[in-house]
Amino acid sequence: MGESPAPVNVRLVNVTKQFAEVRAVDNLSLDIRAGEFLSLLGPSGCGKTTTLRMLGGFEEPSTGSIFFGEKDVTGLPPYRRDVNTVFQSYALFPHLSVGDNIAFGLRRQGVSKADAAQRVGEMLELVDLAGLSARRPAALSGGQQQRVALARALVNRPTLLLLDEPMSALDAKLRKHMQIELKRIQSQVGITFLYVTHDQEEALTMSDRIVVMNQGRIEGLGTPREVYERPQTDFVASFLGASNLLPGILGSATQGYYDVEVTGGHRLRVAAANVAEGLTASSAVQVGVRPEKIHLVPSARAEEAGTNCLRGVVRVATFSGVGNQYLILSPDGRDFTVYAQNIGDALAPRTGDEVEMRWPVEHTFVVRPSGTMTNEGE
Amino acid sequence: MSGSGTSGVTRLRRRAVPYLLALPAAVWLVGLFLVPLLVMLVKSLETCSPMTGACTMSWHWGEFGSQLSMFHKQMLTSLKFAGIATAIDLLLAFPIAYWIAFYGGRRKNFFLLMLLVPFFVSFVIRTVIWEFLLSNDGIVLTTLRNVHVVSTDFHILGTSTAVIAGLAYNFLPFTALPIYVALERIDRRLLDASQDLYASRITTFTRVILPLCIPGIFAAFLLTFIPAFGDYVNQQVLGGIGNTMIGTVIQNTFLINLDYAGGSALSAILMVISLVGILLYGRLIGSATIGEFL
Ligand SMILES: Nc1ncnc2c1ncn2[C@@H]1O[C@H](COP(=O)(O)OP(=O)(O)OP(=O)(O)O)[C@@H](O)[C@H]1O
Ligand SMILES: [Mg+2]
Repeated sequence: MGESPAPVNVRLVNVTKQFAEVRAVDNLSLDIRAGEFLSLLGPSGCGKTTTLRMLGGFEEPSTGSIFFGEKDVTGLPPYRRDVNTVFQSYALFPHLSVGDNIAFGLRRQGVSKADAAQRVGEMLELVDLAGLSARRPAALSGGQQQRVALARALVNRPTLLLLDEPMSALDAKLRKHMQIELKRIQSQVGITFLYVTHDQEEALTMSDRIVVMNQGRIEGLGTPREVYERPQTDFVASFLGASNLLPGILGSATQGYYDVEVTGGHRLRVAAANVAEGLTASSAVQVGVRPEKIHLVPSARAEEAGTNCLRGVVRVATFSGVGNQYLILSPDGRDFTVYAQNIGDALAPRTGDEVEMRWPVEHTFVVRPSGTMTNEGE
Repeated sequence: MSGSGTSGVTRLRRRAVPYLLALPAAVWLVGLFLVPLLVMLVKSLETCSPMTGACTMSWHWGEFGSQLSMFHKQMLTSLKFAGIATAIDLLLAFPIAYWIAFYGGRRKNFFLLMLLVPFFVSFVIRTVIWEFLLSNDGIVLTTLRNVHVVSTDFHILGTSTAVIAGLAYNFLPFTALPIYVALERIDRRLLDASQDLYASRITTFTRVILPLCIPGIFAAFLLTFIPAFGDYVNQQVLGGIGNTMIGTVIQNTFLINLDYAGGSALSAILMVISLVGILLYGRLIGSATIGEFL
């Protein structure tokens, strides 16, 4: 592949983007590490595309700065930035062949025709499109167009590659295939990827780290496991996967554990590591657990150490092939979602049964209310 | 798939539908365009009596040669005027169309309407108004004379300049609209992509915008050049002796000299010249998608 330029970190520092009415990005700071695959996840309209466009140079931040390594690129136009983009719609040039599309960036940078042709050839190999160089984009399938868009950006060996929902036009099967391809290509070229997606599973499987955004702010940042197992805010807990959340008051720490008092006088135990940063004793918090972490047991069974438990009544039981999904009505009138794998348990509870919900203390977490995160979460 | 009678009938009907839909237009085209065209070509081979206008078929090919030798000068004048007017229109229309397409914002339709408003008035009247404007005691020349920009014996009416200006003015919308459509159609994300790939604004214009609107420019060229080439109104109203265009010659041959054979031969020659020109032009800029824009 030839050598890439020395990888550098890309930093957004207190970046805000105010459109006439809307604050699309709100005082956002983020450090993108050299060579990582970072996903940007969040609901529609939360500012993902705007963030990408500011990195690409298509929008200027209202306030704040963007650095590539030590260089401040905030005011630079797109064609002066060492960034390339894979656009959602691919935006391939319809009047140019596949080869000329891929060579476009190289030629504009003054690479000679012969050198460009050679690198285009290598790139076509990498994305598995050798032999299609002379075709027009209109004569390619969706998946092929997507790979041309990727090749056209990657061939320039940018400091940062931006991908704005590049898979959204592909069907589920092709999408799976391209996810694997993309991950392979990324590890092969070692370029930093900033990947915007709506698809949580995609973000969880492909990323080194995930950023969860909401209303222009970062709500969560970390490895997929960290963000999933130890969400920092209630927004992250319910946006990324599903969570059962209960309001409560955080007690004081004893031997690495906190007790949270929830309505009805119950106490739930949480490991200190699973309590969101910046919370102090007796603050109002939410305590949560993922649906798949809960076991349902007949309510008469003896308590076990190291578990939290709450009683309830099965309100709805749904069979979905690989598993059973339950809605359990807890005493304070809240529905809990519980997901149990279908492992042939003959004692699976039925609607109306009284049950006890049990889950390990280490799978219990405590989150802050949304929007209160201090942005940099290194 | 071959099957019962019903599916055969359905298939037949499905195949027939496009042709049925095209029928009214086809009848129109054949009856009112192709037939007269053939009649004209046949007429050019007949011999007509200058007294009565009655014609008899004589397979007389000589008409083409004799008309050409008589009026080649006017042909060349027409080619020149139409060419210059088209060039002026392309240069004027491109920035207008570009501005409306890229910076028109929400008022695009309003701007397009402004471009077209003068053309709600009849072609002849518009041209006559130009005559009025450019006449020796008209507002333009009087003002220019009063401020001593031009000498007292300066005139525009009757010159080639007046004819070309009239042509350029009258056909401007035919140039601007196809270019506008072509520019408007360009996916704006391609411009982002181009800048993303290190092309400056100027390079983006020459490498992306211009190539993508060439079919529109070609359509604009055809829609301006062909009517301007055959036009006689502008020359008759704004021109004078010495700049007669072929359109005037044809009109006179038909309507004053009643020489239908000669007029038909001239028209046929005009058509062939236009066709050859178009084919050459199309070949040169290699446009495969002209059809889309016409
Ligand atoms: N050019 C603009 N002018 C005004 N408002 C804008 C502009 N671009 C974006 N916005 C607004 O900024 C907010 C963030 O938009 P953005 O496109 O960044 O969202 P997104 O996270 O990419 O959403 P999606 O997942 O739907 O693509 C939205 O409320 C949007 O309406
Ligand atoms: Mg978006």
